[in-house]
Amino acid sequence: MTELVSNGGRFAAITQRPPRPEAVVAAHTRRRYARERRFKLIGMGAVIVAIGLLAILLATVLSNGAGAFQQNYAVLDVRFDPAEIDPSGNRDPEALADADYQAVLNDALVAAFPDMDDRQGRRAMRAMLSNSSALQLRQMVLDDPSLIGSTVPVRFLLDDERDQYLKGEVDPSLAEANRRLKDRDIALVDRLAEQGRIETGFNWTLFTNADSREPEQAGLRAALVGSFWMMLICFLLSVPVGVAAAVYLEEFAPKNRWIDLIEVNVNNLAAVPSIVFGLLGLAIFLNLFGVPRSASLAGGLTLALMTLPVIIVVTRAALRSIPPSIRAAALGVGASPLQVVFHHVLPLALPGILTGTIIGMARALGETAPLLMIGMIAFIANVPSGPLDPATALPVQVFLWSDSPERAFTERMAAAIIVLLGFLIAMNVIAVLLRKKFERTW
Amino acid sequence: MYILAIILVMAAGAFQLSRQRAWALAGGRSSALHSRPSYYGWHAALLSGGPAILLVILWFLFASSIVGWIVTAGLPEAVRSQSTEALQFFMQDVRRLAAGLPLGREATPEAIDAANAYAAAMLAGNWVFGIIGVLLAGWLGWLAYRKVDPKFRARNRVERWTDYILLSAAAVSVLITAGIVFSVLFESLRFFSMVSPIEFFFGLNWSPQTAIRADQVGSSGSFGAVPLITGTLLITFIAIFVAGPIGIMAAIWLSQYAPRRVRDVAKPLMEILAGIPTVVYGFFAALTVAPFIRSVGESLGLNVASESALAAGVVMGIMIIPFVSSLSDDAINAVPTALRDGSYGLGATKAETIQRVILPAALPGIIAGFLLAVSRAIGETMIVVMAAGLAANLTLNPLAAVTTVTVQIVTLLVGDQEFDSAKTLAAFALGLFLFGITLILNVIALYILQRFRERYD
Repeated sequence: MTELVSNGGRFAAITQRPPRPEAVVAAHTRRRYARERRFKLIGMGAVIVAIGLLAILLATVLSNGAGAFQQNYAVLDVRFDPAEIDPSGNRDPEALADADYQAVLNDALVAAFPDMDDRQGRRAMRAMLSNSSALQLRQMVLDDPSLIGSTVPVRFLLDDERDQYLKGEVDPSLAEANRRLKDRDIALVDRLAEQGRIETGFNWTLFTNADSREPEQAGLRAALVGSFWMMLICFLLSVPVGVAAAVYLEEFAPKNRWIDLIEVNVNNLAAVPSIVFGLLGLAIFLNLFGVPRSASLAGGLTLALMTLPVIIVVTRAALRSIPPSIRAAALGVGASPLQVVFHHVLPLALPGILTGTIIGMARALGETAPLLMIGMIAFIANVPSGPLDPATALPVQVFLWSDSPERAFTERMAAAIIVLLGFLIAMNVIAVLLRKKFERTW
Repeated sequence: MYILAIILVMAAGAFQLSRQRAWALAGGRSSALHSRPSYYGWHAALLSGGPAILLVILWFLFASSIVGWIVTAGLPEAVRSQSTEALQFFMQDVRRLAAGLPLGREATPEAIDAANAYAAAMLAGNWVFGIIGVLLAGWLGWLAYRKVDPKFRARNRVERWTDYILLSAAAVSVLITAGIVFSVLFESLRFFSMVSPIEFFFGLNWSPQTAIRADQVGSSGSFGAVPLITGTLLITFIAIFVAGPIGIMAAIWLSQYAPRRVRDVAKPLMEILAGIPTVVYGFFAALTVAPFIRSVGESLGLNVASESALAAGVVMGIMIIPFVSSLSDDAINAVPTALRDGSYGLGATKAETIQRVILPAALPGIIAGFLLAVSRAIGETMIVVMAAGLAANLTLNPLAAVTTVTVQIVTLLVGDQEFDSAKTLAAFALGLFLFGITLILNVIALYILQRFRERYD
């Protein structure tokens, strides 16, 4: 309505007031307009700052984590020496399992770097590969005993420090005392690269392995499986109960003090800090019901308690958006109140409920604090095979890796965040698409 | 688990049989029946499945406690005469052994015996309750089947039960609250029987390391929560200081100035901030913001702790921007257009209208939004666990490291814990405090919001 003000100004000019007050008014108006522009700019600035912060946050995560999806491998020609692996020659699986594969690996390393065949050199070469390399050879032989006697190129995981060096994260110009990777280690990796023995590939380990003390062997499998079980349990418990509670409160509840109490209660529960739910889970599920510590079951139950109020709130909103005419029409043709709800209102509200449920589950997926309370912070090196096994969750894995000093773990932590955000984005996109597809205006 | 499947199959069978019987009795004319045939089926299914499943679930829930009591009662005198803590510890071992989990150390013969007894009792219990459940399901299903009759008011019966089921679902939320209150309150009371509430609420010293041996030096353990509370408030204040202006100004611009297209993009983008898991913010705070603040502070010649309250507070502020802005947005939109038009009519500019008319009118809603944001910030855990300190400093200096209530709860409960030391119980006392504070803030905020909505409706 700025026109009004400027019209006022023109009006003042037409009536030929003395010039002085007009100048005053004009100056005043200018100041007011300047203030208007400033105010508008501050508002725009606030939005830009908020979105900029989001961009910085995401950029930090991406720039830190993108590297972790690549892994450098050393390719060595390994000779599976029958004398070393199977001296008796009868391919007895027990003998094969007990053989000294470290010696086989050493031979392969020495074959690649014949000049390093002294104690120190061998140690440096061994340190270059991940410490699972000998086990990897053992597994290869156990899987396929016909390898014995042949020479094949084998891809070994490079140790995390060397991997970081090849990714350009270690600065060789730094004083040697300030790096974990010494000059001779760097020289060795450089030679490996010169020989063309370095391969870079997608880091499948990140998805196929559970956590490990060695960054290059650490993966998200246990966390993914644990999160999956937790989401499943959380969904199976919170959605039926939540929807039933919402239906009752919205459609059947009489108006009395008890129902008011429940309503206030639900609204408050939705705002209780998540860590308090963790305390509840610890006291009830672990100490009273004896659910094993760190099990996905305990996590899923705790998250279900946390998600329940969210589901109730969104379901009620979805039910409320169904116009009364639907109910009236159904009642008019003789449906009972229960039939009205289950045959007409609920199916119509389903897309809304689903959208809200997905968003509630996304929140549960990103939740960390309550899981720490029920002992899900343990170091889990085995992939859980069921909901009663000790497990960890994606966000908890992020937290666990944040405690590790290695630069490679920082990278993996950011990669875990990328995976987590990927799931969350997917869930939210599905929710938005569902809403778009089924949205109807009454 | 199998037993639940069996009972469900039985219930499905009852449904099918009763429906067929109803249909047969009606002679194929549905008008002869009081209710539609499937209601007779549902009646049978609910009657046969409901009580049996309830029984089995109750057994699953309390099996561990019940069997624990039985085994404890049957323990040899030497074990039973131990202190309650030692006995609890012993039973924990027994449960692990019975579940076939590694103990991590050599098990005593008593523990192995007890574990065998425990496993046997568990198995027996599972069988007994499983068989009772199946028999119950069969008997009640048979009763329901016999009851099928064209005059039987099956629909009304089913609907009444459904009503009860829905009501009990709604009551679960009350159970959760009751569970929170009782579990936290119970442990807190035990804590306050060891440490006086006066020391807890007014003590200036927080160092929860209690002595394991009586002769240990310097570990008496003091539980004065004041430094934690000031630390929490300091970080919350910084967060609000960041989120408040940005959130409100963003809400104003988006609702009053922004072109429609821009708003449609910018608003969801800002909402993303609310959907990012807090552990990601913790990563951001610890790895990016804290070193940044530290280097800026150093270049200005300031001494900044590497886990400064400022870093945690700023990042927490970023997290709660969308809370403030979306609730302010709602409040601003709730102001009637008549007020706005009146102001324009008097010749006010847009900014003047917003500052002098809309904001005062929307103030209650904005304050409620602030309170909810404060409650969110006080209860926030991961950011402060990852970016704030562990040592309890009583300071208001935003550049120093402070600790918060939530950080201490996590520190006290993560790792080895015995369930009777004041150290572990202190976490529950802090949890009670946290629950109480956030509850009060939420109740006030919801009350204000309700009043506010009524004013303009």
